[in-house]
Amino acid sequence: MFPRLVYESFRHQPRRKLLAGIAITLGVAVATAMIAVATDIGDKINRELRSYGANLIVAPQEDTLDVEIGGVNLKPPSDGAFLSETDLPKIRGTFWHNNIVGFSPMLPVTVKAGSGENIQDVTLVGTYFNKQLTFGKQDFATGVKITHPWWKVEGNWPNDNSQDVLLGQRLAAKLDKKTGDVLPLDGRLLTISGILSTGAAEDDQIVAPLALAQQILGKPGAVRRVYVSALTKPQDALAVQDPRTMTPEVRDRWYCSPYVQSIAYQLQEVIPHSHAEQIRQVAQNEGTVLSRIQGLMLLVTLAALLASALAVSAAMATSVFERRVEVGLMKALGAGSLAVSTIFFAEALLLALVGGIAGFSAGAFLAHQIGSSIFNSQISIQPVLFPIILTIAVFVTFAGSAAAIRRAVRFDPVFALRGEG
Amino acid sequence: MSTIPSTNQGPFRTPQQIADRRALASHTSPSVSMFSRMLFRAAVLRRGRAASALLAMVVAAAVATAMMNLYVDVQAKLRTEFRNYGANVVIVAKDGQSLPTDALARIESTLGAKALAVPFAYAVARVAGGQSEGQSVVVVGTDFTRARQVNHWWKVSRWPDAQNQALIGMKAASVVSPNRQPFELTFQGKTIQLTPIGLLQTGAAEDSRVYLDQPDFQNWTGVAPTTVEVAASGTAADVAASIHDLGQALPSAEVRPIRQIMEGEANVLNKTRATLYASAALVILTSAIGVLATLMGWVFDRRRDFAIMKALGASERMVNGFFAAEAAALGVVGAILGFALGIGVAAWIGRVNFHAPVVPRFSVFPYVLVGSIIVALMAAIFPIAMLRRVQPAIILRGE
Repeated sequence: MFPRLVYESFRHQPRRKLLAGIAITLGVAVATAMIAVATDIGDKINRELRSYGANLIVAPQEDTLDVEIGGVNLKPPSDGAFLSETDLPKIRGTFWHNNIVGFSPMLPVTVKAGSGENIQDVTLVGTYFNKQLTFGKQDFATGVKITHPWWKVEGNWPNDNSQDVLLGQRLAAKLDKKTGDVLPLDGRLLTISGILSTGAAEDDQIVAPLALAQQILGKPGAVRRVYVSALTKPQDALAVQDPRTMTPEVRDRWYCSPYVQSIAYQLQEVIPHSHAEQIRQVAQNEGTVLSRIQGLMLLVTLAALLASALAVSAAMATSVFERRVEVGLMKALGAGSLAVSTIFFAEALLLALVGGIAGFSAGAFLAHQIGSSIFNSQISIQPVLFPIILTIAVFVTFAGSAAAIRRAVRFDPVFALRGEG
Repeated sequence: MSTIPSTNQGPFRTPQQIADRRALASHTSPSVSMFSRMLFRAAVLRRGRAASALLAMVVAAAVATAMMNLYVDVQAKLRTEFRNYGANVVIVAKDGQSLPTDALARIESTLGAKALAVPFAYAVARVAGGQSEGQSVVVVGTDFTRARQVNHWWKVSRWPDAQNQALIGMKAASVVSPNRQPFELTFQGKTIQLTPIGLLQTGAAEDSRVYLDQPDFQNWTGVAPTTVEVAASGTAADVAASIHDLGQALPSAEVRPIRQIMEGEANVLNKTRATLYASAALVILTSAIGVLATLMGWVFDRRRDFAIMKALGASERMVNGFFAAEAAALGVVGAILGFALGIGVAAWIGRVNFHAPVVPRFSVFPYVLVGSIIVALMAAIFPIAMLRRVQPAIILRGE
């Protein structure tokens, strides 16, 4: 009798069930998508913040003073200490290697560029553009294309193993050179593969593959400094403590958190004689921006959950309220309040389960769409979300129906049957 | 309500009186006053149902208002946060020249209060005396008050506040003044004695430099500022306009955007805006569905009113108009209350998340109002269309 009542109710009143079903499906879909987006937004925005460039710099420990104004290096190039290029792939061996998005070595050399009358003292910077490296069993590519995303090249990026160079746009105007021209430089003839525009010091410089800069300087394997771009966790009280004064447990916790400070510490461990430091302009601000955006999405998600809960309970209340006559009939035939409520709750449960499953799939799809259209990457939905969402859906559906069911059950069957509701 | 005949004034308590009143009203004055009276009485007599419909409307309008308000305001709020990254425009004197002496004043009169500008003058000096005798170091003259406002990330142990006090970078400190003792620098034969009052740490080129107050620097070297860094606020278009205006105001200088800052900001802001837009659309859609569900139930529930009106000879148009007007009235009241509530919610979110109040955007109101009325009308139309096919007699018999 009981299952038949429920079954027939769905068969004969598809319109009423449809509205409630749509509301539940939509509400669950929105809730699922918003929760998925809100839990993943931190990681996504963190990656977007990498477009500000490197947040860590590694330099030799006994580094000498840079005497540089507006991109022109005024110090003899062979001066000072260097890092070794062969140590760089070890950056991929640090504890937080998965958080390291990329790194670029830099080696500035002062050269004389141009020919005839038009000879200029300029800085040539050797670096990686998109260099293929190997650490252990993993192959990876890194270079300024990743760490300096705002660099724009008109023409082509040089190959890292070639003798081609990029010419800064203001320097190109001074030397009157364009893409494809040959640039005489300290007795060498280099091909200009593209014109570089960065809006900073590099506009007055030549950017070349690292190996070429090392040849010019006569120091194979030398690197002046390394820019590292890493995904970090916003700084808190623990982050700024000095690892030397920590107790072992605190130190482990500090070491195993991706703070910019602990990543710097780990970089110093793998690169001998180095000093790693955060670039404060980039590193100090990302935490604030990140927490603002995360906080905002959390509040918006709460609004979405509230709106979904209201939509579901409104639809359920309506669908129950419409059926007072039915309730009157059941009660007139001798059904108790408990029996009537059970039927309604069973219907609500069924609706919540069907709507919940449909809504979860729709929400997963929605989150996927948001991820791929806005962030060009996947927004992953944790499987653990499914039972949670389903439980919430059932709970909200019950809560939404409860008041209406109580009113319907209390209603005098005589009035209901006379149609005086 | 002023047109109500005097005999009918006062509250009606019994159903009989109400029925009399209804009958009387429909016979004596089938006019606008009756129409509005029916609207009003319908809301009063079915307080519970009307209240729940209104509540749904208010909540939906509030959520929509809050989301739209945030969508507009959050971008401005985030831009303020992004200004912590420092200057986004740099003004450099053309080769070998220095900027005009009134450059800073011209920049400020061009951009007004919406921008902060910091001047920088550079010179290479040599250390006089001590173990690093003869070592070159870059000395920079600047305005410390301004530098402090723009470069929030500078970690400074103490800002200089008196004459001949210097702020020295971490790396420069170990060369010029390893024990924080006063030191001497020479530039073109002129020597200056400086007190290292504070240490500067940034992780970038600033660490290798010595910073002086501009008057001290200019007295000593005679070098005027060659670079001004400007933190211009506003949208990308505003900044582009600022760059153009600055170029006009300072024809002898080169004005260019700092791409690293501009593009990073644009990137993060666009993604956040798109996410917020998608979320706002979803939330507003969900609350509209909630309203639709509640209102449809409410209208459907009043099928007996509908049937009585038709049975008493009301035209189809009249009945439809009545239900539509009722829905529209609900939409208007809901939109007004919801708007007020939503502004409050947005202000609260602003305070909690950005520690700054969100300015109420009254420009959002027309959208909320029109949206609410449309949703309310849609919610009325479906049940009416369904009921139109049914004979009034069947409804009145309770079938």
